[in-house]
Amino acid sequence: MALIKCENLSLGYDGKAIVENLSFEVSAGDYLCIVGENGSGKSTLMKTLLGLQRPLGGTIERGDGLQKNETGYLPQQTVVQKDFPASVKEVVLSGCQGRLGLRPFYSKSDKALAVENMEKMGITALADRCYRELSGGQQQRVLLARALCATEKLLLLDEPVSGLDPKVTAEMYSLIESLNKSGVAVIMISHDISAAVKYASHILHIGKTVFYGTKAEYQKSSYALMFEEGGDGNA
Amino acid sequence: MLDKLVLYLDYPFVRYALIAGTLISLCSSLLGVTLVLRRFSFIGDGLSHVAFGAMAVSAVVGLTNDMPLTLVITTAAAVLLLRTGGKTKIKGDAAVAMISVGSLAIGYLIMNIFAKSSNLSGDVCSTLFGSTSILTLTDIEVWLCVGLSVVTVAAFVFFYNRIFAVTFDENFASSAGTKTGAVNLTVAVIVAVVIVLAMNLVGSLLISALVIFPALSAMRVFRSFRGVTICSAALSVGCSVTGILASVLFGTPVGSTIVAVDIVVFAAFYLISLVKGGRKS
Ligand SMILES: Nc1ncnc2c1ncn2[C@@H]1O[C@H](COP(=O)(O)OP(=O)(O)OP(=O)(O)O)[C@@H](O)[C@H]1O
Ligand SMILES: [Mg+2]
Repeated sequence: MALIKCENLSLGYDGKAIVENLSFEVSAGDYLCIVGENGSGKSTLMKTLLGLQRPLGGTIERGDGLQKNETGYLPQQTVVQKDFPASVKEVVLSGCQGRLGLRPFYSKSDKALAVENMEKMGITALADRCYRELSGGQQQRVLLARALCATEKLLLLDEPVSGLDPKVTAEMYSLIESLNKSGVAVIMISHDISAAVKYASHILHIGKTVFYGTKAEYQKSSYALMFEEGGDGNA
Repeated sequence: MLDKLVLYLDYPFVRYALIAGTLISLCSSLLGVTLVLRRFSFIGDGLSHVAFGAMAVSAVVGLTNDMPLTLVITTAAAVLLLRTGGKTKIKGDAAVAMISVGSLAIGYLIMNIFAKSSNLSGDVCSTLFGSTSILTLTDIEVWLCVGLSVVTVAAFVFFYNRIFAVTFDENFASSAGTKTGAVNLTVAVIVAVVIVLAMNLVGSLLISALVIFPALSAMRVFRSFRGVTICSAALSVGCSVTGILASVLFGTPVGSTIVAVDIVVFAAFYLISLVKGGRKS
């Protein structure tokens, strides 16, 4: 059984659908890239997968023993208030909150996990720095470390490289790739088709028409061409 | 001056005031950071006006102890306001303004119509600015105050990590399975309790100062959530004790003296941050 399986999903706000008839599944080890124009509903899909909002129709099934709080999430924009006092350590540790259960405090193993994930992301030296004083790339790494604290199975990344320079972008992609190779399934939203085609195993194209298939199928289809030629996307 | 202080400390009402003042200012500082960061500081202001209205009602009904009724009404208002905060069509701040100004007007009206005491403006003034109420606490009120403070601090400590998580990133928190609704509700209830408690100390108009100043001062200098929380608790207690002692010594109104000390400390921390920031760049 897949980790997540969606059938005939329709999404939207206030009863108005933005996307309809979405069907796809993500299994352990998959790397699914979601592409589509601005406003096509990619972030909405991700929020629905996370249970932050209800689907207007269709079903989302979880399998393989994936618990509801076992997905790591990297939001598109974290509108952290300008003055928020939070150290990197505190932010990463807050990724363990799903494990708290009824306990008020984080355990030793939670703290060890946070330390381990900071090491993985190469931000150990920043542990005591203030989150809001970091650069965009550093902040993304912190949030990725936080997401990793929440899961060992499934990462949902909403445009993880937006606003990063080419060098940091490449680093971020290879970090995500290595996570995926180590067994974490990844669902990533991206506007970067060439990266999607390079790293993903599956592609979901959202727009007026929907495409879902493996990377090879996508490259053969007309969707990729339209998008890459910078035409009107799925017009 | 020290002799005078020692002399005053022998009076039970001064000791009561110090105990209650310490506890109240500890509680009020805890949620300051959260309220400031979520732009909820206006809710504290609004709620204090609701508490004023509630106090007026319980005075008219003739309750000897007005705290329980005030507590219930203020808590209900807090829950209502925090829930509507993000979601309703009436914008959050407009709703707060409506409720707060409304209860202020109604409260004053009720006090005027049904006033039993001859010194109405004195009563109103002491509810708004808390001129002496902290020095006239009864045994029961002190114990109520101690009990509520202990519960408040315990609730805050228990929810500390969740409050941080929800304040920092509500979407991530609920995706990780934290019951953000329950955390927000807890915050609302704690805020309401703090406000009812703090009315005794500084009066309803000055409560926001007690909630916000220590947090803002601490945020000038500290960079982690824990650092800011601990620092603002310490500042708040220190300022209140200083303020109470000063007002006893010099015969100034308690509430405004405390707030004045808070302002001085804020100014000092502001300067410290300027000096530190200046050196860095
Ligand atoms: N909270 C909301 N309430 C109502 N409509 C919304 C809300 N958030 C987004 N929308 C609308 O839903 C549509 C899809 O938005 P979404 O954020 O999912 O797009 P996206 O594919 O992530 O775009 P982008 O590439 O710019 O991130 C947009 O038309 C947007 O206006
Ligand atoms: Mg988006």
